[in-house]
Amino acid sequence: MVFLTRRATFSASHYYWNESWSEEQNHQVFGRCANRNGHGHNYTLEVTVAGEPDPVTGFVVDLKGLKDIMEREVLSGFDHRHLNLEVPEFAAGGMIPTTENIARAAWNRLERAVNTVGGARLSAIRVYETPEIFAEYRGGL
Amino acid sequence: MSPAHSTETAGLNAAKAYFGRRYMLSASHRLHADSLSDEENRIAYGKCNNPHGHGHNYTIEVLTRGPIDPATGMVVNLVDLDREVKARVIHRFDHTNLNSDPLFANRVPTTENLCRTVYDLLADALPAIELEYVRVEETENNFFQYSGN
Repeated sequence: MVFLTRRATFSASHYYWNESWSEEQNHQVFGRCANRNGHGHNYTLEVTVAGEPDPVTGFVVDLKGLKDIMEREVLSGFDHRHLNLEVPEFAAGGMIPTTENIARAAWNRLERAVNTVGGARLSAIRVYETPEIFAEYRGGL
Repeated sequence: MSPAHSTETAGLNAAKAYFGRRYMLSASHRLHADSLSDEENRIAYGKCNNPHGHGHNYTIEVLTRGPIDPATGMVVNLVDLDREVKARVIHRFDHTNLNSDPLFANRVPTTENLCRTVYDLLADALPAIELEYVRVEETENNFFQYSGN
């Protein structure tokens, strides 16, 4: 089994807010991230796939194909967007757009497309919010 | 970070994910084993055996694991993680000589041992999450990772 990772970047704004909490509780738990005007990050998305290299091509996955899937399924929807206002997964009442949930949303958007492009399977999604803060999701519960 | 846990809001069916954070600390050390002769120490540790020590800017990467709390969207609130890591690790070692810390009184402060020591200091820091690994980067070309036993 060989693991292959492709990296991409996107820039987006967000804020953290739980609709079922009081304003005071939101500010207490989320601090500056609860500013309703939002703030932004340069995110790095790392998509790791796992598989056996194809005996003919030597590829675990066609990198151009993976790049196109990442662009179509994730980057076109997330890049230069306000995650709360423009990405359905993070609409009011949905998931809060934390780094953890961005990784999970990216996984859900990529899993089917990646797993049907060849023999490789989606293995992990890592999202860096800054160089010092990141989250990873490997599917399942 | 105990192995079995559930929080009021997370429940057992919340998706599991990983949350990582990178910290910096600067410290000096000297690699020298009391059980070896001076000559053996010089052979084993080379420049790192310099009697006056030397220093590094260490990067400490902490990866935690747990359910994503549906109420917060978080595995762990980074404010809580920062508080524990700073209190237990950064304040203890930053701008110090590692050899002078009691934890290294009988243990050579190699980065392997620093990595293991940091893991042990953080293992029970936060009850709701587990520690997946601690990675210590001594320079941009050397790093060590420990996941417990």
